Amino acid sequence: MITLSNVLVLAALLFCISVAGIFLNRKNILIILMCIELMLLSVNMNFIAFSYFLGDINGQIFVFFILTVAAAESAIGLAILVVLFRNRNTINVDDLKSMEG
Amino acid sequence: MDLFENMEDIYLAIVLAPLLGSVIAGLFGKLIGRSGAHWVAIAGVGVSFVLSLLAYYHLFYNGGEVYNAAVYTWLNSGDLHFEIGFLIDQLSVTMMVVVTFVSWIIHIYTIGYMVDDPGYQRFFSYISLFTFAMLMLVMSNNFLQLFFGWEAVGLVSYLLIGFWYKREPAIFANLKAFLVNRVGDFGFLLGVAAVFMHFHSMDYIEVFEQAPALASVTVNIWGDESWSLMSVICICLFIGAMGKSAQVPLHVWLPDSMEGPTPISALIHAATMVTAGIFMVSRMSPLFELSETALNFILIIGATTAFFMGLLALVQNDIKRVIAYSTLSQLGYMTVALGASAYAAAMFHLVTHAFFKALLFLAAGAVIIAMHHQQDMRKYGGLYRYMPITWITCLVGSIALIGFPGTSGFYSKDAIIEAVHLSTLPAAGYAYVAVLSGVFITALYSFRLFFMTFHGQEKMDKQTWEHLHECPRVVTIPLLILAIPSLIIGAWFAGPMLFGDHFAGAIHVAEGHAVLLELGSHYHGEWYQIAWQFFVHAISHPTVILLAFSGVFTAWLLYIKFPTVPEKFANNLSMIHRLLVNKYGFDDFYQKVFAGGAKGIGRLFWQMGDVKLIDGLMVNGSALSVRWFSGKIRQIQSGYLYHYAFAMIVGLLLFLAVFVHKLI
Amino acid sequence: MISKAEILILMPEIFILTLACLILIVDTFSQDPLRRVTYYLSQLTLVLTAVLVIGFSPEQTVYAFGNSFISDGMSVVLKTGVFVISFFAFLYSHEYLKEHGWLKGEYFVLGLFAILGMMILISAYSLLTVYLGLELLSLSLYAMIAMHRESTTASEAAMKFFVLGAIASGMLLYGMSMIYGVTGSLELGTIATNIESNGDNPLLVFGLVFIMVGIAFKLGAVPFHMWIPDVYQGSPTCVTLFIASAPKLAAFAMAMRLLVDGLQPLLNDWQGMLIILSILSMATGNIIAISQTNIKRMLAYSTIAHVGFLLLGLLSGTPSGYAGSMFYIITYALMSMGAFGMIILLGRKGFEADELAHFKGLSERSPWFAFIMLILMFSMAGVPPFLGFWGKWFVLKEVVDAGFVWLAATAVFFSIIGAYYYIRVIKFMYFDKADSMTAIKASKQMRFALSVNGLALLILGLMPGALLAICVSVLSIAA
Repeated sequence: MITLSNVLVLAALLFCISVAGIFLNRKNILIILMCIELMLLSVNMNFIAFSYFLGDINGQIFVFFILTVAAAESAIGLAILVVLFRNRNTINVDDLKSMEG
Repeated sequence: MDLFENMEDIYLAIVLAPLLGSVIAGLFGKLIGRSGAHWVAIAGVGVSFVLSLLAYYHLFYNGGEVYNAAVYTWLNSGDLHFEIGFLIDQLSVTMMVVVTFVSWIIHIYTIGYMVDDPGYQRFFSYISLFTFAMLMLVMSNNFLQLFFGWEAVGLVSYLLIGFWYKREPAIFANLKAFLVNRVGDFGFLLGVAAVFMHFHSMDYIEVFEQAPALASVTVNIWGDESWSLMSVICICLFIGAMGKSAQVPLHVWLPDSMEGPTPISALIHAATMVTAGIFMVSRMSPLFELSETALNFILIIGATTAFFMGLLALVQNDIKRVIAYSTLSQLGYMTVALGASAYAAAMFHLVTHAFFKALLFLAAGAVIIAMHHQQDMRKYGGLYRYMPITWITCLVGSIALIGFPGTSGFYSKDAIIEAVHLSTLPAAGYAYVAVLSGVFITALYSFRLFFMTFHGQEKMDKQTWEHLHECPRVVTIPLLILAIPSLIIGAWFAGPMLFGDHFAGAIHVAEGHAVLLELGSHYHGEWYQIAWQFFVHAISHPTVILLAFSGVFTAWLLYIKFPTVPEKFANNLSMIHRLLVNKYGFDDFYQKVFAGGAKGIGRLFWQMGDVKLIDGLMVNGSALSVRWFSGKIRQIQSGYLYHYAFAMIVGLLLFLAVFVHKLI
Repeated sequence: MISKAEILILMPEIFILTLACLILIVDTFSQDPLRRVTYYLSQLTLVLTAVLVIGFSPEQTVYAFGNSFISDGMSVVLKTGVFVISFFAFLYSHEYLKEHGWLKGEYFVLGLFAILGMMILISAYSLLTVYLGLELLSLSLYAMIAMHRESTTASEAAMKFFVLGAIASGMLLYGMSMIYGVTGSLELGTIATNIESNGDNPLLVFGLVFIMVGIAFKLGAVPFHMWIPDVYQGSPTCVTLFIASAPKLAAFAMAMRLLVDGLQPLLNDWQGMLIILSILSMATGNIIAISQTNIKRMLAYSTIAHVGFLLLGLLSGTPSGYAGSMFYIITYALMSMGAFGMIILLGRKGFEADELAHFKGLSERSPWFAFIMLILMFSMAGVPPFLGFWGKWFVLKEVVDAGFVWLAATAVFFSIIGAYYYIRVIKFMYFDKADSMTAIKASKQMRFALSVNGLALLILGLMPGALLAICVSVLSIAA
């Protein structure tokens, strides 16, 4: 039997993995984008679990919205990535440092 | 009389005339041209001066009443009323006359001094604005307006001091002056806030009425230490005064202010900005009287400033800096008088000082014009032949400054010294010694300046020498005008201001502190009788006068007699020379022990205390450390995306750690 | 069923959405290099939507779409503020884009979508609408920054903003899911009542922390401020101007909706968090700003410091405190817009006046605009009688009334330090020699608008009563 806390812990783990991925990764921006997706998915997991255990449909509706927005977000993120690559010929995170201080 | 029916309009006009002059000269300067600008500005301040005289007449001779009302309500926010209001009583009207008069004279003088400057119109606009800000401060009837005037004066002075700043625009230039004044303002603001918190009013009269009831209230600032509320408020307010009136250790911005054109130095140092602190404390006398702690604090700060800043004046070679340090020392005198509860004596010295210090600055300015902006006194000498008017007026200013019997400085300084002598506060002993030895120092540096500039060998270069001549009339006439009050005003006002009811109602002195009343019991009669009694007193108790004269004498020995005489004797009469060498051995002793000692101590304090400790460590140190700190912590913003994300996660974890303790 | 009344409540949003789509189509067919049609239509849309918002403003608070949308006094005032500010922002931007030669209709269309996002955010009354409004706003902003495709700094700024923004909204969502899980509702009012009746669950504070991250990020409070300096500096000035003005109002509304409408019972917890954020922001912003040489970056740190001040009003936890904050954020948006407008004014083709040194000797080049900049800087520093002083004053008063005297003293201390770098700009303008005496080239509209912008700070500063009265009245009704 899967309990609420099981799902919550799984979601929390996913969330932590995605967060760790964002700041441990120092190479590729694409990986950051993937981590962001993972983060949103962990949230979705939370919402669905709560929705199921509360018997309330709103949480699942929220998930649909998150999925849609996440798609739009990826589209924009990738578009920016393309612009960035055309300007600099690199998508290395370390090279993204022309402004500081 | 019809004229006095609408005093409110007159008061408004006093404030607004300089503002109008400033706006016209500033915004339409190109349109009206140079002469247009100076006429507008001079007319504005002139109107203000004449009307101030009228107000003075009305209050003192016409049986007019004290005016206290709001003229414009800005915003009401709870208990707090943002209002522009005037409190015109004996204290403020005296200040108004002095401020407008000195400012007016300086406006006229500026025509001659700034004649070649490209920023002519702008300069007139600024000095009129400065006068406006000072008048707002002086005429205010509430703490908020006082604070605004306070800040406005500071701000315009910043504009004025920076008028000639042509240095490379370093990012951190001026940070020093800025920081010092902020320390003062911060104290002042805290004081005002504390007043509001406990009195629930910003109106002077309301606060003063409630003050005795709150005299024994204590507050806890940190821990269980309880502090007398009045002491906290008064010390905070006084810290503000220390910033503005340049008391140790917040005096270091003052040398910076010497960078500005001389008229500004005169305006800032004589009649306006630096006197704001003295005026403010006098205005707040009903509060300060309730805190002996604060009064002792004031005495110590004032005495320290009066003595040690005088010492510093001995080792300066820049003519303006000597006068600047002299201002510091004289402000110390006024502060000492405040601490001794002799507010009237402080105000009296403020008034006389305004005249002779403005005179000295303008005379120095005249010398600087003649010497083509050479400010080093070692390059002067023998100028009395070429600039007789400047010479005589500078002499008048100097004797007034050292308190030569009969001059205005004599009465005011004597009153302060006697008042301190009579004060029963614990710190009064120290203060008395400091002000007394200050007399010698004052005489020494004043006449050092005077002799080095006007007498002795001519040390200027040939080109300057060839063009040496007296300044035009637009410069010398203001000097002559200022010389008159420097000489006579003291005798005229000593009686009424110090012992009479000149400030009755405006200044409050607690019973145990009434030193001037005690002093006044020895003096009776009309003003001339009192003036005469002062004179007699000085002759019969000659310590002060002797100190002053020995200062002048020392200066004479060191800067006139000593450098030339030995040579002559050595060349012509070797026998007598030998004889006289022994005599001059006395001089030598005199120089080494007496004056040399003083000079040596002065230099020591200047280098160790002022330059290294206060200026270097405290002020530049904090300026530098802010800069260093700023430079360091901006490195947190590393530019790396993952550092940014990391900062967010650290923030998140911090919040989780602090606020979600129950979960675990 | 959706009733007609509900549609009417949403009328302004529907209107602006329709017109934004329409303008997008019109723009694709436009041949005009100056994009006049797009520009004027966008401005017209703003004016008409403002009329609709004010015209349809309800007498009492009304809710629509199953309580997920609210229209109350605060939303009307903030939306009106957004329109006024965006109107000026579009005007300045049009000037900038024209001058720098990459005028595109998308700027205005994206701007309108961002404004729609702000409107939704301001009127959001459920976690879902908050999220949707926020995302619509953010996605439009990401695209606006990256719009200048040739600029390497702009694309870098966009990428940084995007990644950090996505993390922040991920965290916000995570917090929302926790709140939803505990209270079983997405609707803010119900959440408040449920927390009230069920007592405290540690998961609530856990969720609150994550939500706080989202809010702090949007406002730009330390330590969630890292995007601000880079984005402000890297973006084209017209985009910086847009980001730095109207979205601040929306971010304030978001904080109000989530914290005050939804999580009011957790006041004690979020008050503590806001105190930390506030002190850190004021300290970091003011201190780092001192060592900046780029004025856009300096203004970015100044924003951070201002956010610290803004939070003071919020954390006092009283309606009058919220009103103080609202007053503050409106005045801040006005000042910030003027300051960036000034940078646009001084720039010209191929030249951005974004270094402090470019302001040297401005008083000789143009006494009038030096004067306007003087007003702007004094106002930001909080010097009376300018508007910025009152903002500072009201929040300080509230925070003292709430019993945090030490916090007010800290705030005053940091704002005194902060005054230094504003006054430094004035020193540059009035005391230093200009490097070049190039005449300022700008259209009449631009000059006029910027003058109005600057003088408004002076005039409103002399008469702050009306604006404050509005802020107080709408928030005391809400509370």
